[in-house]
Amino acid sequence: MSLSAHVVIQRGSLGVDVALEVKPGEVLALLGPNGAGKSTVLRVLAGLARPHAGLVRLDGQSLDDPAAGIRLAPHRRPIGMVFQDHLLFPHLSTVDNIAFGLRARGSSRAAAHTVAARWVARMHLSEHSSAKPRSLSGGQAQRVALARALAGDPRLLLLDEPLSALDARTKLDVRADLRHHLGDFAGATVLVTHDPVDAMALADQLVVVERGRVVQVGTPVEVSRRPRTDYVARLVGLSLLSGTAHGRAVLLDNGAAVQVAEASNGPVFVAIRPASVGLYRSRPDGSPRNVWPATVAGVTPYGETLRVDLEGEVPLTADVSPEAAAELDLVLGAGVWASVKASEVAAYPA
Amino acid sequence: MNAPVSVRQSRSQPDGATGVPAILLIPASIAVAFLVLPLAALLVRAPWSTLGSLLSTPEVRDALRLSVVSASLATLISLVVGVPLAWVLARSQIRGRGVLRALVTVPLVLPPVVGGVALLLALGRRGVLGEPLYSATGVSFPFTTTAVVLAQTFVAMPFLIISVEGSLRAADRRYEDAAATLGAGRAMTFRRVTLPLIAPGVAAGAVLCWARALGEFGATITFAGNFPGTTRTMTLQVYLALETDPDAAIALSLVLLAVSILTLGLLRDRWLMRT
Repeated sequence: MSLSAHVVIQRGSLGVDVALEVKPGEVLALLGPNGAGKSTVLRVLAGLARPHAGLVRLDGQSLDDPAAGIRLAPHRRPIGMVFQDHLLFPHLSTVDNIAFGLRARGSSRAAAHTVAARWVARMHLSEHSSAKPRSLSGGQAQRVALARALAGDPRLLLLDEPLSALDARTKLDVRADLRHHLGDFAGATVLVTHDPVDAMALADQLVVVERGRVVQVGTPVEVSRRPRTDYVARLVGLSLLSGTAHGRAVLLDNGAAVQVAEASNGPVFVAIRPASVGLYRSRPDGSPRNVWPATVAGVTPYGETLRVDLEGEVPLTADVSPEAAAELDLVLGAGVWASVKASEVAAYPA
Repeated sequence: MNAPVSVRQSRSQPDGATGVPAILLIPASIAVAFLVLPLAALLVRAPWSTLGSLLSTPEVRDALRLSVVSASLATLISLVVGVPLAWVLARSQIRGRGVLRALVTVPLVLPPVVGGVALLLALGRRGVLGEPLYSATGVSFPFTTTAVVLAQTFVAMPFLIISVEGSLRAADRRYEDAAATLGAGRAMTFRRVTLPLIAPGVAAGAVLCWARALGEFGATITFAGNFPGTTRTMTLQVYLALETDPDAAIALSLVLLAVSILTLGLLRDRWLMRT
């Protein structure tokens, strides 16, 4: 139950070209900003959009192969899909929504109902079995949508922004719930999201897509520790710099120098966590520190701290406590000194 | 001319101002009077005491039954062939869709009597299709109840098509995508997802179509003639009775008025609640 896909499709002015490999039981998240082409890729995998080139294969069976003239209609694909607004059929009850796919794939009414009733119980929806979608809460609707997609025993599960229709509080519960159900699913799962927290929490593998292209692939840990584009770095809350390593010194592309923890040579990315950046009114003493002058370009609340955007020869983001911010008088345009210990700076090959 | 004209105040304007300038209010009042007074006259002159006996004569009962049966059949035919056509107009990619839509909506604006003439030329015993049909099978439409149904269908079906096509365009097609990912082919998707989603539009179109078929006069009298029991519908009976028995004509008119008001009631949510 492995998916191997290379999707090439033009969507308006956006050329999408994305390749994916998903192993059985694995969850791959397509992460990227809105309009990056993620949902388009998902629609191709579902058979709802026609790729111009490439190849989509599931367990060795071609679903799409434009070069060979092969295109399996969506209703013939062994897939289940959860849509952004769930798209539960408004005229059908919970149990009939879940039974829909089984009926469509040829089960008798009784057999479909038996399986659907099992899913109702499994998803803790028994009280809402005969309820119409409009009377369900967001979390319940999400569970019905997931049950409906999984009830047909698909080999490929597609999730399009499955949590984006939920409010923040529901989202936490539903995310945990979804994680649990994805863990039980034996097939391949492709999840589309623009929320890095969802991606990190649910996926075994991240594929970061920007403007129709894959910009980074890796496990959530790899991607969050070693982002390769500004977008990813901002998503995971890191400052990303690029330059050339000469031993333990990295010469940035703009001419500034950074001392790093481990020696290397050649082109590298340098990632700095906001929490490891210290801010001072006057130049701090002591080594081995990286110290740069900077100006405050923005201050926004971030949890219990303040996130400070800094401009200067080394653009950085720093997290400081509200007390420290008051003491430092961090107003827009204020001049400060930023310092980072070399041991806190990660450099990795570009 | 500045005397305040009594107009029921709008609930959204509790300050007493109607917000309607006199220059609009006066012609608007004339329009209301013109549209409402004739109906009021019908009620005023109605022979209320003899209504029951007037409506229970064999002639009237025949006309009533014929109208209800033929309008219902016309609506049924319109549903069976009109809903698929609406789907074609709303969803298919076939060329010349715009022309096709224009063609099938012509009967909407065509004088019904012209429709009757056209039907006669197509399906009459000497008609383009009618002649070979008659010589081959001996079947002839004009001046039969079938002709009544055909005339009504011709005039009323466009109402259904327009209504259903509008509903199809407004329906969220992503539900059909969802059905496809669940293994439903196009036929099943149409039957179990699309049709239920557009059911209110289909119902409204059917009611409108039925009401139009019931009121049909011009095409019917031209194509089907005016034979008691077989082609003399309510509207034809009203027209005839007006010369011989005005009270019967008024009584029949009341029935048709009641049906019209009922129709509006059924369509209320879709047509009257617009603000």
